[in-house]
Amino acid sequence: MTDAEGRKQHIQNLLQKAERLHQNLDGSFSDRLVSSIYKEATAIARSSVIESGNRRAGWDVYFDRIATHPVTGFPLMFLILAAIFWITIEGANYPSQLIARGLFWFEGWAAGLFFQLGAPPWLTGFLWHGVWRGLAWVVSVMLPPMAIFFPLFTILEDFGYLPRVAFNMDALFRRVGAHGKQALTMAMGFGCNAAGVISTRIIDSPRERLIAIITNNFVPCNGRWPTLIMMATIFIAAPFPAGVGSLVAAASLMAVTLFGVFMTLVVSFGLSKTLLKGTPSVFTLELPPYRKPRILQTLYTSLIDRTIFVLWRAIIMAAPAGAVIWILGNTHIGGLPLSNHIANALDPLGRLIGLDGVVLLAYIIAIPANEIVIPTIIMAYSQASMMIELDSLEALRHLLVDQHGWTIVTAISLMLFSLLHNPCSTTILTIWKETRSAKWTAVATFLPLTIAFIVNFLFVQIVLFFM
Amino acid sequence: MPITLAELDRGQRAHIVELRLHGLERRRLMDLGFTPGTEVEVAMKAASGDPIAFVVRNTQIALRKQQAENIIVEPIS
Amino acid sequence: MAGCQCAQATTCSSHGNLIRLGVNIRDFDYLIALAGNPNTGKTTLFNALSGLRQHTGNWPGKTVVRSEGAFRHNGYKYKVVDLPGTYSLLSTSEDEEIARDFILFGNPDCVVVVVDATALERNLNLVLQVLEITDRVVVALNLMDEAERKGMFVDARKLAKELGVPVVPMVAREGKGTDHLLQTVQDLVTGNLRTQPRRIELDPHIEEAVQQLLPHLKNLYPNLSNHRWLAMRLLEGDPSIRRAILTDSLAQTESPLAPQKEEDMSELEAALEV
Repeated sequence: MTDAEGRKQHIQNLLQKAERLHQNLDGSFSDRLVSSIYKEATAIARSSVIESGNRRAGWDVYFDRIATHPVTGFPLMFLILAAIFWITIEGANYPSQLIARGLFWFEGWAAGLFFQLGAPPWLTGFLWHGVWRGLAWVVSVMLPPMAIFFPLFTILEDFGYLPRVAFNMDALFRRVGAHGKQALTMAMGFGCNAAGVISTRIIDSPRERLIAIITNNFVPCNGRWPTLIMMATIFIAAPFPAGVGSLVAAASLMAVTLFGVFMTLVVSFGLSKTLLKGTPSVFTLELPPYRKPRILQTLYTSLIDRTIFVLWRAIIMAAPAGAVIWILGNTHIGGLPLSNHIANALDPLGRLIGLDGVVLLAYIIAIPANEIVIPTIIMAYSQASMMIELDSLEALRHLLVDQHGWTIVTAISLMLFSLLHNPCSTTILTIWKETRSAKWTAVATFLPLTIAFIVNFLFVQIVLFFM
Repeated sequence: MPITLAELDRGQRAHIVELRLHGLERRRLMDLGFTPGTEVEVAMKAASGDPIAFVVRNTQIALRKQQAENIIVEPIS
Repeated sequence: MAGCQCAQATTCSSHGNLIRLGVNIRDFDYLIALAGNPNTGKTTLFNALSGLRQHTGNWPGKTVVRSEGAFRHNGYKYKVVDLPGTYSLLSTSEDEEIARDFILFGNPDCVVVVVDATALERNLNLVLQVLEITDRVVVALNLMDEAERKGMFVDARKLAKELGVPVVPMVAREGKGTDHLLQTVQDLVTGNLRTQPRRIELDPHIEEAVQQLLPHLKNLYPNLSNHRWLAMRLLEGDPSIRRAILTDSLAQTESPLAPQKEEDMSELEAALEV
């Protein structure tokens, strides 16, 4: 017998012996082992920890009492979220206009310079009125809100409030057959749905994890916030005086978010009763002590890592989108630009859900990144109606309302569609990587899209019925 | 008199007597320190009364009521 | 054994020789793994060492992927791996498997177990398990400031004596204790410091069974130091350890870096019968 064979034999013997002993020890092995380890841990801890005074500090006990109180628990949660929205809207308004003015001024100046230098008009159009304009919109619309929203949210996270949210929300998730930690993954989805999908790894049960993955899309990510914020500010808050306006805008964002939570619960319920039937898994959630947030570090990291990162992603997506729009708008077939042909073809479908062909075209172009939906719509519209100066929300309102007939119904339809439609391609790819399943990736992509069409269609029908 | 962990009020303490749970569920809770003999205190209940957070070995862990109902304890008066 | 040169973490706040290298992790001299319970500050420590900015947050389970970084200290280049936080290495969750497989198959030169000083008992549950797998362990006793606020004092020197491995008090959020930790790690990986890890005193029934398997394991794997732990896993019927022994992949001396575990949902799907 060779060495290798001997070794193999030896291994076989070992495994057989282990199997026999395993059976003799019956089911109590794990219990005995864990108890032994903890017994030892307790003994060591006793000998090296000198404890005095109360175990929990003072104020955090009281804060927890408010945060989990039957009367104040949920209102506090809404209040905090609404406050974040309000600060974001109120704070972002002025810087957004300032940045827009600067960047669009530069567009005019650069285009003028190109003209003087005798550059061909198509080059000026492509570069400045196409690519640059797309970038300018993305930067001015996205940068200020994100630079406010992310740090605020990160401070909340650093403080330790999110587990309390999951703690309170679990009752809802339990009723729909999902896991309370899904609330934590949703909180991550506020930043980015791809990150939200990855964070579902904290849920052990594959069934509950899949539910969390599929429904994460119903939390609006940073790519969709700008769309929602803009619609809220220029349509819903517009009739109100300035001070009240931002409160109304914040309230409408809150309503959209709550509707997203509602859809999450409905879809989770539907899934756990059909495709993903099963029993609830173990629920354990650690509630860590509150910690003083590190304000400066939070500002720094959320600005560099999240804001700049997301903005950069938007920029590299917006530039090609701007170029595509410009090409579509300047390639003429039968006297009409190609973009018009496509938009016209999509128009009937768009009208059914309260939107139009251009918006649907924008959503197709924006599959890689939702950030560019609004810029794409603007570029497509403004091309059709000659180049107008779009240096303020007022000018944008003029373009959408007066020239393309948008109403508050269009705005709400766009908000609903933005909230519910399919995830962006990055998120879809992440879902594929996490599930390794074509079936679940397809469900996670097309289920939201279908729901978006249905909800939007119903919304339009209800509006038509009453008006 | 032994009762279940779910029956305790906030601030009440008890010693774990037995876990009437099986498989992974039992394992998870034991790993978190819910072993027989351990002292537990009810830290707080969620806004709707379920889940319930317990202090076990100096950490706050929330469990669903249905799980707490399967943990038998001896209250410390 | 390195006790703690400074009883108060506050006195070790300099990081004189630390050069953060971010993701530049080629040609490292030593491999360090960061293990620990969830939410004990592993990622904060990881960021402090590597200069990377993995997102941290005050909730358990924040780190769900294994992240890697590098740094240079006193002329040695280290690769550092931030493992997902786990309460134990015995269960069957994905996180625990990633952490355990890395400690077992990743051949780290040192495992730094980050421990929450305010909940020592529960954290020791994991430390004791890690000590069964490897003797190259340094305990980073983190959150000393929080413990102090709660009126607790943890005697690091005593703890080190009990565990048989170095214990370094830290406040990772403020960078306190980092230098002391790195010096201790260096002493350990360069062989200047020998540990004598405490072994769990087992229930007599288990101990007896373990003793029956030990001679076989020692014979098959003379180079390994964790025969007792392997015996316990076999007795529990751990399928991945059985597989590793059956395919003889435990015997490899070269680092067979355990591939990052990709969850296979189709397998899970089959289990769900969906």
